[in-house]
Amino acid sequence: MRDAFVRSLFELAGEDPTVFFLTADLGVFIFDDFKTAYPGRYINLGIAEANMIGVSAGLAASGKMPYAYSIAPFITSRCLDQIRVDICYHRSNVKLVGVGAGFVYGSLGATHHAIEDIAVMRALPGMTVIAPADPLEAEKATRAIHDLDGPAYLRLGRNNDPVVYGSEPGFKIGKANIVRSGKDAAIIATGTAVYSALQAADMLDRDGIDVRVIDMHTVKPVDMEAILQAEEEAGALITVEEHNILGGLGSAVAEVLSEHTGVKKPFRRLGLKDTFCTSVGTPEYIREQYGLDPKNIARTIQDILADGSR
Amino acid sequence: MKDPEQIKELEEQARQVRRDIIRMCLAGKSSHIGTALSAVDMLVVMYFNTLNVNPGEPQWPGRDRFILSKGHGGAALYAVLARRGFFPVADLDGYCSDGSFMIGHCDRKVPGVEVSTGSLGHGLSIGVGMALAARYDKASSRVFVLLGDGECDEGAVWEAAMSAGHFGLDGLTALVDHNKQQALGHVVDVMTLEPLAEKFKAFGWSVREIDGHDIREIVEVLDRTPFEKGRPSMIIANTVKGKGVSFMEDELLWHYKSLTEEEAGKALAELERR
Repeated sequence: MRDAFVRSLFELAGEDPTVFFLTADLGVFIFDDFKTAYPGRYINLGIAEANMIGVSAGLAASGKMPYAYSIAPFITSRCLDQIRVDICYHRSNVKLVGVGAGFVYGSLGATHHAIEDIAVMRALPGMTVIAPADPLEAEKATRAIHDLDGPAYLRLGRNNDPVVYGSEPGFKIGKANIVRSGKDAAIIATGTAVYSALQAADMLDRDGIDVRVIDMHTVKPVDMEAILQAEEEAGALITVEEHNILGGLGSAVAEVLSEHTGVKKPFRRLGLKDTFCTSVGTPEYIREQYGLDPKNIARTIQDILADGSR
Repeated sequence: MKDPEQIKELEEQARQVRRDIIRMCLAGKSSHIGTALSAVDMLVVMYFNTLNVNPGEPQWPGRDRFILSKGHGGAALYAVLARRGFFPVADLDGYCSDGSFMIGHCDRKVPGVEVSTGSLGHGLSIGVGMALAARYDKASSRVFVLLGDGECDEGAVWEAAMSAGHFGLDGLTALVDHNKQQALGHVVDVMTLEPLAEKFKAFGWSVREIDGHDIREIVEVLDRTPFEKGRPSMIIANTVKGKGVSFMEDELLWHYKSLTEEEAGKALAELERR
């Protein structure tokens, strides 16, 4: 997803002279083309995220559109007060881009895992939160936030992210993509968890269980219609996110269900259970450790379908 | 050199603004009077002499930018903006009252306010961004940021200072309202800043120190900015918290206390005398 973002941003910079790229000293080599083509619009602020956010707001106040880039926890919680005041309160047209969604940086440890970023960004008034599922969708999202007037947080994987879309997906902010149809159960997932959800659906398919998979790329504003339709049409609902169980996608879906229907179908949320991810390893290994791998997602659906309780 | 009549006019504006602040803080039962009073003279010179702004068109793209980073001094900025014609002076009466757009800390809802501040340590970074934009656009707009001295405890101020020095932003001028007091006492006791001028010099700034209540000195130092080509300019303005009202001067209490009718009357009487 990172390379897809870099490519799209380069194209956007060619089309729109207000596009700036700001980094807190990250992204070695990959932005060299941007830097060469648009030297005045590439700004490395050093390892100083809070300042980078304020500088972004200043640029935006002067009609520029900065994309500010770092590793996900550092572009969100590290500089939260600057985001809250300088970006959100001012409705600055700044795009925050974090790489390393969930535990993409698995072996680097808890400091580099992004497990609260969705919750934290979602709580900020006026912030749009987008977690693409794969590189093609990341390209679309990079463009979509450019066309959005206002702040946005783009939560990316890194490289070697699995491919969900064989061809360019449709992409509209706030409109979920149904990547697999089905009605026995529905999985609502976001970001890198979408691929795991699809694999789980494949496994269940072999047992004759027909599962809808919804790519909720926009966690805020969440697609209420897709959630309510899934609840109406499917036998059970689960959410999957590589994120803490508190405040992320699962919470957003639960909020919609509890207010609109009172939760009519069996419903579970999968995510980190209010814990740091203390084991290190590949993202696949970590998913298994915390029950976010396809097998456990499939098992969860089998269990709730068998149990039937809400 | 400004002619003495002009200096006198600016001094008269400052006296008027101090009276406005007292009236606003009485009506709004608000605090932070001391911090507003220490910044008045700089703000008056800024808006009546230095800044290229147009009160009839606050968003005019070619304007100079001013950020009051110590947002708790909002009363002073609002009063100066009103006196400069950005909005009617009568609007100041709503300061801090129910439903008013005259929000306690500087807010962009007030015509002429560039940036909403109040959370300390944000303004200089935003100023760096504006100065970078102006330089990129080859625009003549200049950027001015007024910081509090206590505010300089915030690490973000130094991140911003480092970047302004690194980028050689001579379109950026910052001032520190060095009134020597912060929330829980004297700066030197809470968290010493000294040597403040040397710190900014070490971060790549060209630094001058002035008496932040001497209108002529403020005018002259601002007229000389940028001090050096390729460096941001820093003005450390030695001031007195609560300046202009004898019983408020250097009294920490007036960071917090709101005025009684009697105290306001006394303050206004003092500000009547010339």
